[in-house]
Amino acid sequence: MAKTINSRIPEGPVAQKWENYKAHQRLVNPKNKLKLDVIVVGTGLAGASAAASLGEMGFNVLNFCIQDSPRRAHSIAAQGGINAAKNYQNDGDSVYRLFYDTVKGGDYRAREANVYRLAEVSNNIIDQCVAQGVPFAREYGGMLANRSFGGAQVSRTFYAKGQTGQQLLLGAYSSLSCQVNAGKVKLFTRYEMEDVVIVDGRARGIIAKNLVTGKLERFTANAVVIATGGYGNTYFLSTNAMGCNCTAAVQCYRKGAYMANPSYVQIHPTCIPVHGDKQSKLTLMSESLRNDGRIWVPKKLEDAKALQAGTKQGWEIPEEDRDYYLERRYPAFGNLVPRDVASRAAKERCDKGFGVNNTGLAVFLDFSESINRLGLDAMKQRYGNLFDMYEEITDVYPGDLANEINGVKYYKPMMIYPAIHYTMGGIWVDYELQTSIPGLFAIGECNFSDHGANRLGASALMQGLADGYFVLPYTIQNYLADQSIWPKVSTELPEFDEAEKGVQAEIDRLMNIKGNRSVDSIHKELGHIMWEYVGMGRTAEGLKTGIQKMKELQKEFDTNLFVPGTKEGLNVELDKAIHLRDFFTMGELVAHDALSRNESCGGHFREEYQTEEGEAKRDDENFFYVGCWEYQGKDADPELIKEPLEYEAIKVQTRNYKN
Amino acid sequence: MAKNISVTIKFWKQNGPKEKGHFDTHELKNIPDDTSFLEALDIMNEELIGEGKEPFVFDHDCREGICGMCSLYINGTPHGKTERGATTCQLYMRRFKDGDVITVEPWRSAGFPVIKDCMVDRAAFDKIMQAGGYTTIRTGQAQDANAILIPKEDADEAMDCASCIGCGACVAACKNGSAMLFVSSKVSQLALLPQGKVEAARRAKAMVAKMDELGFGNCTNTRACEAVCPKCETISNIARLNREFICAKLAD
Repeated sequence: MAKTINSRIPEGPVAQKWENYKAHQRLVNPKNKLKLDVIVVGTGLAGASAAASLGEMGFNVLNFCIQDSPRRAHSIAAQGGINAAKNYQNDGDSVYRLFYDTVKGGDYRAREANVYRLAEVSNNIIDQCVAQGVPFAREYGGMLANRSFGGAQVSRTFYAKGQTGQQLLLGAYSSLSCQVNAGKVKLFTRYEMEDVVIVDGRARGIIAKNLVTGKLERFTANAVVIATGGYGNTYFLSTNAMGCNCTAAVQCYRKGAYMANPSYVQIHPTCIPVHGDKQSKLTLMSESLRNDGRIWVPKKLEDAKALQAGTKQGWEIPEEDRDYYLERRYPAFGNLVPRDVASRAAKERCDKGFGVNNTGLAVFLDFSESINRLGLDAMKQRYGNLFDMYEEITDVYPGDLANEINGVKYYKPMMIYPAIHYTMGGIWVDYELQTSIPGLFAIGECNFSDHGANRLGASALMQGLADGYFVLPYTIQNYLADQSIWPKVSTELPEFDEAEKGVQAEIDRLMNIKGNRSVDSIHKELGHIMWEYVGMGRTAEGLKTGIQKMKELQKEFDTNLFVPGTKEGLNVELDKAIHLRDFFTMGELVAHDALSRNESCGGHFREEYQTEEGEAKRDDENFFYVGCWEYQGKDADPELIKEPLEYEAIKVQTRNYKN
Repeated sequence: MAKNISVTIKFWKQNGPKEKGHFDTHELKNIPDDTSFLEALDIMNEELIGEGKEPFVFDHDCREGICGMCSLYINGTPHGKTERGATTCQLYMRRFKDGDVITVEPWRSAGFPVIKDCMVDRAAFDKIMQAGGYTTIRTGQAQDANAILIPKEDADEAMDCASCIGCGACVAACKNGSAMLFVSSKVSQLALLPQGKVEAARRAKAMVAKMDELGFGNCTNTRACEAVCPKCETISNIARLNREFICAKLAD
């Protein structure tokens, strides 16, 4: 019999579900909260805000991060902003519209009830952050300023220069610090979760590696919350930080948590293009730049050839020879189409030979029109740090005047190209953000819940903080309500012994391969396979080839890896090897999911399924579900379980950004 | 177009906080100058691993200049020399010449003990933050965000102060090992905003007391910190902290 999935969505119309839930959920009384321990793994927006909020409520929180401080989590690198349905601009925004835009932006593959709740609490987030002292941009009257992001026709994005993620994370980090001071949160920095421990079918603890001493340690709790981000680094080159990995999430998957929609990977259209083969990561240029920057390639192939050969520069090409292809193809949204659409459009132009740099894999992002209209100072006010960063990396300053043709001034444009950025897929969770393992919760990017097949810009920060501040602290109580009567579990239980032994055996295995290849050399190769066969344009045949190549490379990893040093003490290469082991698992899972989904939607584009105009062609009849994967063992293919989607508030239709 | 250069990396090796350290050297040949400095170190590590050796250990993460994790003393300057402030990860090889010897050391400060090689322990910064670097508000209680009007100039100035990434370059550059630029940036951000004013006095006292307790030195206005700050924090923050601190003490 096929397994079924209960997403535990509350009764009632979509706009009342969250209210209903909160009115009827079980709570934990203040005395009992003091008896309950919660492990939170990760200190990004979701993890830090959850740990701080749970601590404030009275729970005892153990909070783990792999960096030297909670403030380093990769949420810090989010640039552009955070969405909320405040309607401060009086441009017709509302909770419903944010909900609608998010569902539509996700190509109708998100769960309605979750997204509505997200839109509902979005306003509380802004209030909360302002109260913490987050210095959002303001207008001269003292009110908060907004800008626009892709997939929306309103200005609902709040921002702090190009450092919004930093400021929001520092806000959550300061609340966390306050709770550490109050003794309610205990911090474990430079610790990595290696396994989740299940006792009597419930998550009751973790095995974590102290990255400095190399020792494995055991921690128990009444519930475990995973907030460890996405799996973008499976592709080796991505906009993720170097340390971002999916080990904690994959370990939960191996222990029985479903992994949902892994093929939904976001490729961000505006990143600095790849140069050379020594590159370690790709740098994002915020989507906010598309407010004032126009994306183009030459109209004439000979101009593109000259740009590729380096005999011509972008600013020498006059207005009439430029193809602002997003404005041409999508007049209603122009340069602000969603990310998946913008990325594919760039790939389409470059595949046709219109790329503008020596690799042919770049398009222009040009600020000339805005600088001419508003002045360079206005641009610097908005994007100063991004312009500087671009110059530091490429030696080109986007505000430099370069040419004048027929009285029109042209400034040096940026060159950009799509890159792996965010993963919409992740650990499957129900409405309460609980995974398929009781007592194990997943929040932030590491769950799958709110973005469907494509995430809109400025919605990741919103979701991370919504989960951490306003959703999980409520829903986890529904689970914890009867936990206070259960005895605390001991770390001496056989379940802990077994989990630790398993982790130790893996460490010994990796150390003892003693082959000839470094972790990075194999990881790079995996990245190439992922980008080539499981990247922006996928085909059934390509995916099968990709899986085969991954299996071969996995064999190389298992037999020819070399990890220098010893397992005692700090060993960066060993930790990277563990991460890579799990990137393999994840990479195959992405490919399996992509292969099973015979349609194109959002970030998942199967070349066999496209319209005549090259747009994604969904198949709602056969694929209107969440694809949940259950682990079946190391060498077995995972099993697909479907959670059917049910829409009641929104009519499912073809996404249209043209008119 | 990128051109290739060859350099010698002279890097600090140290096994633990109490162990004696030493310099090792490694020749890097034909590195494209559009490679970042940390990518050059990656290349070096790949070569070291290829020789069966342990790699050189240093902290790094986002490689976008914002997480504050990277922390190298390069040719005598925290984060190396660039025209405007930048972190180590935003330093590119085009800043160096063919044949250069590049010396790489850890932050050297009593407040930041070495863990291994150039990886240091900056937990002291977390402890200072925990002493008072926040507004004490509970989740879910806040009033509407626009109920507090804040003049744009104040918000912008607070934003500049809030840009500190907590990397510790200021401490590393200071002959007294003072953390005043770090502390004053947080104190200033919150003192400039109405939300932070309520606890301003308590915050200034608590953070300064914790900083002293953790063994960071005093500020003697040499401005070495602001010269190396990758986020261009200025010592006018320190002046503001001193004002806040004196007012708080006078009120006692």
